[in-house]
Amino acid sequence: MSDIVLETRDLTKHYGGVHALEGVNFILRKGEHVAIMGDNGAGKSTFVRQITGVEQRTRGEILFYGRPVNFAGPLEAREAGIETVFQTLALADHLDVADNLFLGREKLRLRLGPFSILDYKGMREATLKALQKTGVKIPNIHNTIERMSGGQRQCVAIARTATFHSRLTIMDEPTAALGVQETAQVENIIRNLKEQGEPLILISHNMRQVFDLVDRIVVFRRGRICANLRKEETDGQEVVAYITGAKTQPEYADAA
Amino acid sequence: MADAAHGLGGLKYDPKKRAKPPELNVFIALVVIVAAFELLGWLLYRDSFLFNTRPNVDAIFNWARLNIIILQVSIVGIIAIGVTQVIISGGIDLSSGSVVGATAMIVMSFAQTAVVNGNPNPKAIFGEWAMDLPVIVPVLVGLGCGLVAGLINGLLIAYTRIPPFIATLGMMVSARGLSKWWSNGNPISFPTESYAAIGKGMMPVVIFVCLAVLFHLILRYTLYGKHTYAIGSNEDAARMSGINVARHKVLIYAIAGMLASVAAIVLSSKNLTAQAGMGVMYELDAIAMSVIGGVSLAGGRGSIVGTVIGALIFGVIISGFTFLKLDAYYQEMVKGAIIVGAVVLDQWRQRRMASRM
Repeated sequence: MSDIVLETRDLTKHYGGVHALEGVNFILRKGEHVAIMGDNGAGKSTFVRQITGVEQRTRGEILFYGRPVNFAGPLEAREAGIETVFQTLALADHLDVADNLFLGREKLRLRLGPFSILDYKGMREATLKALQKTGVKIPNIHNTIERMSGGQRQCVAIARTATFHSRLTIMDEPTAALGVQETAQVENIIRNLKEQGEPLILISHNMRQVFDLVDRIVVFRRGRICANLRKEETDGQEVVAYITGAKTQPEYADAA
Repeated sequence: MADAAHGLGGLKYDPKKRAKPPELNVFIALVVIVAAFELLGWLLYRDSFLFNTRPNVDAIFNWARLNIIILQVSIVGIIAIGVTQVIISGGIDLSSGSVVGATAMIVMSFAQTAVVNGNPNPKAIFGEWAMDLPVIVPVLVGLGCGLVAGLINGLLIAYTRIPPFIATLGMMVSARGLSKWWSNGNPISFPTESYAAIGKGMMPVVIFVCLAVLFHLILRYTLYGKHTYAIGSNEDAARMSGINVARHKVLIYAIAGMLASVAAIVLSSKNLTAQAGMGVMYELDAIAMSVIGGVSLAGGRGSIVGTVIGALIFGVIISGFTFLKLDAYYQEMVKGAIIVGAVVLDQWRQRRMASRM
C-alpha cells in the first residue's frame, strides 16, 4: 500500500448514454512515470478529468496516497498536490507569465479578502527562480501570453506545474503543438521531474517520446484499459497493436 | 535581485521591454480630436476651442469650456468605471441607466426637506418621518438600491448561467418600471441642503476622479482586479486555477450596481430633483466610454485609465460639436458612428496583433 501514489478502482464515467470510461483500475507507484496511450476518444482525457476533479465520476473509487479522495473541483485536487497541464492550455492570454504561474494562488502583500494586495515583486522573483529550475526559456516574462509562440505557452503551463512542489504531475499531450526544439525542452523538464523522483502521468501520442521518458505504458481503448506494459518488455509495434485493437492482454480480455 | 538581465538561459526581465501601454493610443486619439476641433474652430469661426480668447479674462485656457467638458462626463463616467470592470470580466451591464433612475427616485424620497419657502414640501412622498433625515440615510439607501440591483444581476449571471446581456436587459426594463411606479411618474424634489451639497459645483468631478483612482488601484494591484482580468481572458482557465468564478462575478456586478447608484445620488443631488426618466441611455454612453477607451468587449483587456480618457473623448466631442454650432441631432448621429468606429478599430488592432505572432 505504502508506495502507491494513485490508485483507481472501477473508475467509470458516463456522459448520458456514452460510456467514456468503464471500470478502470489503475495504479501509479512512487517515483514512477507512466504513459497513457490510446486512440482519439479512448478515454485518456476523460480519465484525467475524473482524477483532477474537473468532472465528477459516475462510479468508482480514487485513492491518493492510500486515502480515498473526492475532489469537488480542480482546486481541491491541486491543493491535495495534483498538478495538471491540460490539453487545452489553462492560461489567461491577456496576463503575463508571473500572473499565470500564480493564478489562483497569488502571493499577497496584505490580506484584505477579495481586495488583498498582490505581491508583484515576490511573484516575479519566484517566477524567475522557477523558470531557471525547470530550464524554461522565455525571452521576457513581462510579455502577455497572447504575444508568445505555442511552445512558449506550453512551457509556461508546464513551468506552472513544476513550480509548486507537487505530489503528482499530470500532462495531457504536452508537446502536441510544439516544434522540435520546444519538444526537447519539455522533455528535459520531464526528465528533471524523474530525477527529483516526482511521479508523473503522461498522455502522449508520440511513441518515441513515450519510450524515451516513461517506465510503464498503459493503453486505453474505448474507455477501458486494454494493456499494461513495462517499457523494457515491449516495443512500438506491440503498443500500436494494443491501441488499434489488434491485441488485448488476457487479463483485460473483457475490454474487447 | 538586480534590475538588469537576471536569470539564466536567455531569461530576462527587462523593464524597458515592457509593451507600451495601450492607453497611449487612446490618449493620442484624444489629442488628435482636440487638435481637429481647434483647427476647425479657427477655420470656421476664428475662435479657439481650447484656449481663452476673451480679452476680459486672464487665463491661457478656456477654463469654462474645460470645466463643462469634464463635468458633463463625470456622472456617466462614474457608471463607466463599474461598466469597465464588468466588460473586462467578459460581461456587459445594460441595467446601469435604469438603476440610476430607480435609485434616484428612491433616494430622493428619503432626502426631502419638510418645509419649502415656508410651506410644506409639495412633492413629499412619505410622511413627516422621512423628512429632513441626516444625509447619511439617503446615501446608504441609495447604495443599498444599487447593491440589490447588482446582486440580482450577478446572481442571475453566475448561478443560472444566462448571458449577462439578457440578465441585465431584464434589470434595465424592471428598474425603469420601478422608477416610474415609485411616484406614479411624478418628479420628486426639494432635497435637504446637506444632500444638495453632494453634487454641487465641481463635486461630481471630484467624486469621479476619486473613484477612478480607487478603482484603477483595485484593478491593478489587488486580487480582485487580477481575477477580473483572468475571468475575462479565459474563464475556464480561471476556474481550473481555482478561482471562484461565480462568486467573483456576483461581486463584480454588485460593485457595478453600487457605482451606478453613486451616479444616481450625485445626479439627483446636482439636479435637486429626481425623475422617472433619469439616466435613460446612460448605460450605452458608459459602455461607449469604455469601448472608446480601449476596453475590449471580448473581455480581458482594458483599464480605468483608458476609460477615463474615453470619457474625456466623449466630453470633448459633445462640447466640440456645440462649439462648432452643430445641430444636436447631428451630434447623436456622429456619436453613434464614433462608437462603431472605436470597436472596428479595436478589432483591427487585435487582428494585427494576432497576425504578428
